[in-house]
Amino acid sequence: MTAGLAAATVAAADLSGRGGPGFLSPTGAEVAFVLIGLVVLGSALLVVTTSQIVHAALWLVVTLGGLAAEYLLLTAEFIAWVQVLIYIGAVVVLLLFGLMLTRAPIGRSTELDSLKRWPAVLVAVGATATLLTVVVDAFHSAYLDLGKTDDGSARVTGESLFRVWVLPFEVLSVLLLAALIGAIVLSRGRADADGKGR
Amino acid sequence: MNPANYLYLAALLFTVGAAGVLLRRNAIVVFMCVELMLNATNLAFVTFARMHGNYDGQVIAFFTMVVAAAEVVVGLSIIIAIFRSRRTASVDDANLMKW
Amino acid sequence: MSQRLAELAATTDLAADPVGFASDPWWLILFKAVLVFAFCVVMTLFAIWWERKVVAWMQMRIGPKHVGPQGLLQSLADGVKLAFKEDIIVKAADKPVYILAPVVSMVPAFMAFAVIPMGGQVSMFGHQTHLQLTDLPVGVLYILATASVGIYGIVLAGWSSGSTYPLLGSLRSTAQMISYEVAMGLSFAGVFLYSGSMSTSTIVGQQGDTWFAVLLPVSFIIYIVAMVGETNRAPFDLPEAEGELVGGFHTEYSSLKFALFFLAEYVNMVVVSSLATTLFLGGYRAPWPITAVWDGANSGWWTLLWYFLKVQLFLFLFIWLRGTLPRLRYDQFMRLGWKVLIPTSLVWLMLIATVRAMKNEGYDYRGIVLGIAGAIIAILVLSVVWDMFRGTDDEEEKAKAAQPPPGAPGAAEPFDPMAGGFPVPPLPGQELPPVPRRAVRRAEPVGAMVGNGNGTGSADDESATDATDKEV
Repeated sequence: MTAGLAAATVAAADLSGRGGPGFLSPTGAEVAFVLIGLVVLGSALLVVTTSQIVHAALWLVVTLGGLAAEYLLLTAEFIAWVQVLIYIGAVVVLLLFGLMLTRAPIGRSTELDSLKRWPAVLVAVGATATLLTVVVDAFHSAYLDLGKTDDGSARVTGESLFRVWVLPFEVLSVLLLAALIGAIVLSRGRADADGKGR
Repeated sequence: MNPANYLYLAALLFTVGAAGVLLRRNAIVVFMCVELMLNATNLAFVTFARMHGNYDGQVIAFFTMVVAAAEVVVGLSIIIAIFRSRRTASVDDANLMKW
Repeated sequence: MSQRLAELAATTDLAADPVGFASDPWWLILFKAVLVFAFCVVMTLFAIWWERKVVAWMQMRIGPKHVGPQGLLQSLADGVKLAFKEDIIVKAADKPVYILAPVVSMVPAFMAFAVIPMGGQVSMFGHQTHLQLTDLPVGVLYILATASVGIYGIVLAGWSSGSTYPLLGSLRSTAQMISYEVAMGLSFAGVFLYSGSMSTSTIVGQQGDTWFAVLLPVSFIIYIVAMVGETNRAPFDLPEAEGELVGGFHTEYSSLKFALFFLAEYVNMVVVSSLATTLFLGGYRAPWPITAVWDGANSGWWTLLWYFLKVQLFLFLFIWLRGTLPRLRYDQFMRLGWKVLIPTSLVWLMLIATVRAMKNEGYDYRGIVLGIAGAIIAILVLSVVWDMFRGTDDEEEKAKAAQPPPGAPGAAEPFDPMAGGFPVPPLPGQELPPVPRRAVRRAEPVGAMVGNGNGTGSADDESATDATDKEV
């Protein structure tokens, strides 16, 4: 995670877009993409295969941090830091919280994997094949000019959000409120059933 | 640079997540795999935003993150409610729609 | 972006410096990074010494005084001693995570310092440069992000120790930091609305006339409370409550790993203090009376002095709080966060947004101020009236409680030592159950003890032993 974040900071320092050419040359950006992409894929595989539950959560943090670095490479700076803030800072911490409340053991857990391994692999291979075919078919001739600095800062994202996407944004706030109330109801219902709150 | 590279990464990540959802039994780990899939779509959205030079993709990625956060809150409270009544967080054991 | 920054800064003094951050050569950036690192470590050593000194003075003691002048080198000596201690790795621990945790808690603390403006433009080795490592357009968001990564150090330390107290401490700290981060973020939002930027240097630039602490007093106060909660310092140091949890998340740590946690805590204190300085107290700018009489106060290396003094002010506040306030109970702490800080900051944010929108629409500034002041006074008056009526209600209830009607729950309600799931003291009118006392410790002749039912003492003792038997 530290490595991913360090890379993210370096990239942030480079790509915060100060007019002139970025710190990373186009080739540099491609190399960074490949390296970070390998880290992301590798840690994602570990999330799915490791037999220690809490380690799975930690590998998920590495994956998400790597993705934040990829967003920085795509000059989506605001999204990148929101990714760190929401996913790494809140979602995975909550997941860890849940793991600890459900007594995550130290060490390997047997029975973490389902026995239906072959259908899973089959579905995975099928999905990969389909998605990759679609991508190859649709985008084999597209080109991304990495030299052109594109502004992905808070200002433009905010303008787009509050000019074009206001209604979805407001609906989203209602959703969040519903989730908040739902979580409270779910955790209080049990306490009432127990008789005295715990 | 060909933006398809980012999309390949997104596709692979999505597959890994999908395989994880099918493979894992612990409900919280299944949740993590769902997060992987959501992130893969986010990466695709941000790539498209960059390709087309408008910010709608980024905004939708932002929305996805917020929805994911709400989903995790409710999901975790459900999982913990199930854990309290059944002493297990395995998805295979929660097969009865009974409290 | 640089264009936009320049536009934003054009109204302020920042426009005076045409030199951007991008023009720094790589060796200067490296040098500044090392300088920031050294600053953090030295500040930690200094803050520990200062804390011990100030708390000692507050408690009429002397504090450390043997190592170095006035004991200044005491914390350095302690650090060296810590490093030479035996490094214990607990058998039940998850080893990689156990080793990783202190590092994870320390690195983000240092990383957050990268965007703190410590001074204005200075000349360093013949280069004009800012006393700030780098400037991001979303700098404050970056600090929030690194702070949230720092939580992992504590969570993982507690879990990987494979022991109960650390786990409890880390669960507490997770809940605590997540809830107080919300209030913290909301207090930042007010600053963003006023400064129109998330970049730390621009925010400092916008405070040329008035500090945001004056413009946004509610945000400032909420941030002060949230920053104490976020750094796990007294009175919010529940995750490491010595009396309850031994040492909290770092109970099983020793030697250098423990030192890293210590370092992280103090660096975090310096970071949140610097952030408070930057966002609310005008950053590295000299306070008003000085600028009135001395024009050069805001130039060159002098800015570093103002920054340093302001940070020291906040550090002193931390120490003062620690020396004064008792630790909150967990539910009180959570109630403060969720039921006071967050709703207050939400309402305050609405108010700020309204004022900004009205100003943008071209309403008269004084009209707005008068309107808001009127609204606040009206609310205050209402609340005072409400309090008076509620006060009479309370008195009526007290009167009722004084003469409880038969069968009604009142003072006769038996004392429940675990009411609401927490150990609580008895309410007025309730009586403590008989405390199981030790039988001896009384200067009575041996004969009296042997004697049959001699005096009230032994009768008490009998009932007490009965009570303990029943409890067992």
